Amino acid sequence: MPKDIPETLQTRNRLELTTSPHLHNNWSTPRAMWMVGAALVPSTAAALIFFGWAQIGILLTSILCAAATEAVIQKLRKLPVTLADGSAVLTGWLLALTLPPDFSLVSTGIGAVVAIGIGKHVFGGLGYNIFNPALVGRAFLQAAFPVAMTTWKSPNLVDTVTTATPLGSLKFDAVASGLTPMFFGNIGGSLGETSALALLAGGIFLIVIGIVNWRIPAAMAIGILLFGSLAWRLNLQEYPSPFYHLLGGGFLLGALFMATDWVSSPISGRGMWIYGLGISLIVVLIRVFGGLPEGMMYAILMMNAAVPMIDRFTRPRIFGATV
Amino acid sequence: MAGSYWPVRYANYLESPPLAVIVFRRRKTTVTMKKTFGHGGVHPPEYKELTENLALEPAPIPGRITVPLAQNLGKPAKALVQKGAEVRTGTPIGEADGYISAPVHSPVTGKVTGIGREYTASGALQDVVVIQPSEHQQQDFMPPLDPEACTVEQLTGRVLQAGIVGQGGAAFPTFVKLTPPKTKKIDSLLINACECEPYLTRDYRLILDRTQELLSGTRIIMKILGLHNSCIGIEDNKPEAIRKLREATGNDPGIEIVPLRTKYPQGGEKMLIKAILGREVPEGKLPMDIGSVVQNVGTAIAVHNAVVRGEPAISATLTVSGKGIRQPRNLIVPVGTSVQDVLDFCGGVVEGAVRILIGGPMMGAAQHSLKAPVVKATSGILVLTEGEIHTRAETPCLRCGRCVSVCPLHLTPTRLARLCRLGRFEEAEKLHITTCMECGTCAYDCPAHIPLVQWIRLGKQAVLRLQRARN
Repeated sequence: MPKDIPETLQTRNRLELTTSPHLHNNWSTPRAMWMVGAALVPSTAAALIFFGWAQIGILLTSILCAAATEAVIQKLRKLPVTLADGSAVLTGWLLALTLPPDFSLVSTGIGAVVAIGIGKHVFGGLGYNIFNPALVGRAFLQAAFPVAMTTWKSPNLVDTVTTATPLGSLKFDAVASGLTPMFFGNIGGSLGETSALALLAGGIFLIVIGIVNWRIPAAMAIGILLFGSLAWRLNLQEYPSPFYHLLGGGFLLGALFMATDWVSSPISGRGMWIYGLGISLIVVLIRVFGGLPEGMMYAILMMNAAVPMIDRFTRPRIFGATV
Repeated sequence: MAGSYWPVRYANYLESPPLAVIVFRRRKTTVTMKKTFGHGGVHPPEYKELTENLALEPAPIPGRITVPLAQNLGKPAKALVQKGAEVRTGTPIGEADGYISAPVHSPVTGKVTGIGREYTASGALQDVVVIQPSEHQQQDFMPPLDPEACTVEQLTGRVLQAGIVGQGGAAFPTFVKLTPPKTKKIDSLLINACECEPYLTRDYRLILDRTQELLSGTRIIMKILGLHNSCIGIEDNKPEAIRKLREATGNDPGIEIVPLRTKYPQGGEKMLIKAILGREVPEGKLPMDIGSVVQNVGTAIAVHNAVVRGEPAISATLTVSGKGIRQPRNLIVPVGTSVQDVLDFCGGVVEGAVRILIGGPMMGAAQHSLKAPVVKATSGILVLTEGEIHTRAETPCLRCGRCVSVCPLHLTPTRLARLCRLGRFEEAEKLHITTCMECGTCAYDCPAHIPLVQWIRLGKQAVLRLQRARN
């Protein structure tokens, strides 16, 4: 072999030249995404149990349309197709869990296409979206099909055919639901929000393995109890109690799986507190004083928009800096 | 929090499949929480079990020695010898050139066969003195001193003469650290026994095998600084060393052993000072500006050797480890021995070894050649296999915020890396990019595998160029 070839090429071991650090904790984007998927399994199971196996159609439609949209757009943009990272599947999955049971499959598909196309790729794809893509899809459906989006099927274990959500029945009919069924799941609502228990199981799993930063759900829980109590004090009979706020509607689904979306939430600890408290404040304002029974989606989307500003003003104080 | 159960940090238990197994372990804390620095840090797998039970052993003198003249931060030494000169073990071959510089001595007895330029551990071409060792080894040490009897000036003079540099990694000349300007009042000496880098067990073995030398060196440094107290900061993953030190210090109130909660990068000077004293070194300042001096375990022992035995800094104590080396060892190696010679002495590398590092896995430098010589501050030579390093393709930043929450200096690594990639160095400068100490914590924890440290390093150089152009 000629002499000017480095000795490393002359041996069987090729040496890699990289900069430090040389160790990595072995986390990766796909692994994080699939972990979130695993955490959604209890809520998905609860949805199928309480609303019937037919609901699997909504889930599959949403996931397939989301994945297909991602692949087509990436092909059109001549980017590598990254379905394996699980992010499009997850967006579709989350969108399905925010839809009412027995929702039209065609509309579900439209929602999934909007979620990936407008919620994600318009901004540049994974990592660049300002808003939570699943909620963008849902917001589109809410605007396009307002009646279908608020027609709630009764859970299987109740005799009636249609029902209202606990928040809706309290707001419009002044009928409060019991907190116990709200916790275990035998209530009307969108697919994923029916069982607080299943959501908590998944959410706590994500917090323990370090995917969900505990600060966001903690800030939101503290916020909803605090602002909920303040609002409740104004009218103890008509307004929901803070625990009703906590267990009702999409609060837990939002607090554990939507607001905690990495891309559209703040990156510093202090920012997360501000963001979480902000969402809770908006939710309480919409639920108590607004025209809608539920405001979780709008609250998260609004605070998503505020994230760049929150990040800018909550940069950590540099170690050793005087200010 | 006493006795409560906490999940082990995810980094540890997700290392190996199955992924979802959650291991709970009982925290070792009893009554009070162990000290550590506040914000950030990670706990990578330690891999110290590969070498922690292997006592220090001397490595043989190799067939060829290349001693770099630049073995310290600051200016390289000036060569004192020419081709053909006969040198003995300890003969000065380079003299300090300026204030922040350190002399260099011959690690062996032999003949200087040339002064040339070769690649060293950093990947730079540097001046080296090449020595051919001879059969008979003779010492040419300085006369021993009695640390009790001699003056502070004699002691600092000896530290300077012996060419001692910091063993923690930066290789800052120890003499400079021990002679702060009169205006800076030093009130605390910290001996750094954290050894927070994975794999490395050099400091641990020095504590166990050279306990008395360590304490003697610590007392000499205390005398030089005019202090009556000092602390040895040591992480709680080394209970055996803590016990041994406590036994050896007995009822000496002058040296306090401070166990710290194991967390990388606690061995960084700023982090250690924060952990033990609760003080923050102001940005752009030195530890001496807030009255503290930090010395590594190895440095304290080098000071003892220089004073009590008259031995200059001519050998490196280092750990040879990693799953790619056949016989991991803790060695005392003559300065100037090539990586190749050290690896040969340790049985060679296994097939599938992909990275050879000088230094620890978090901050060490990957080598392109096995010719790089061991220098005074070399703490380890690691041979890593693919299974240990988890190379993965980079994916877009998901803004998960982990780099922000683990950065011990409270920087925003993802933002800095993005600004550097876009060439917006002025903005990076405003976000304090030059404060980064390149500890690698952010890149270690990044799920998107973004080479954050690499971008920040590039940005730091660009910012320094900008600052120079401005002045």
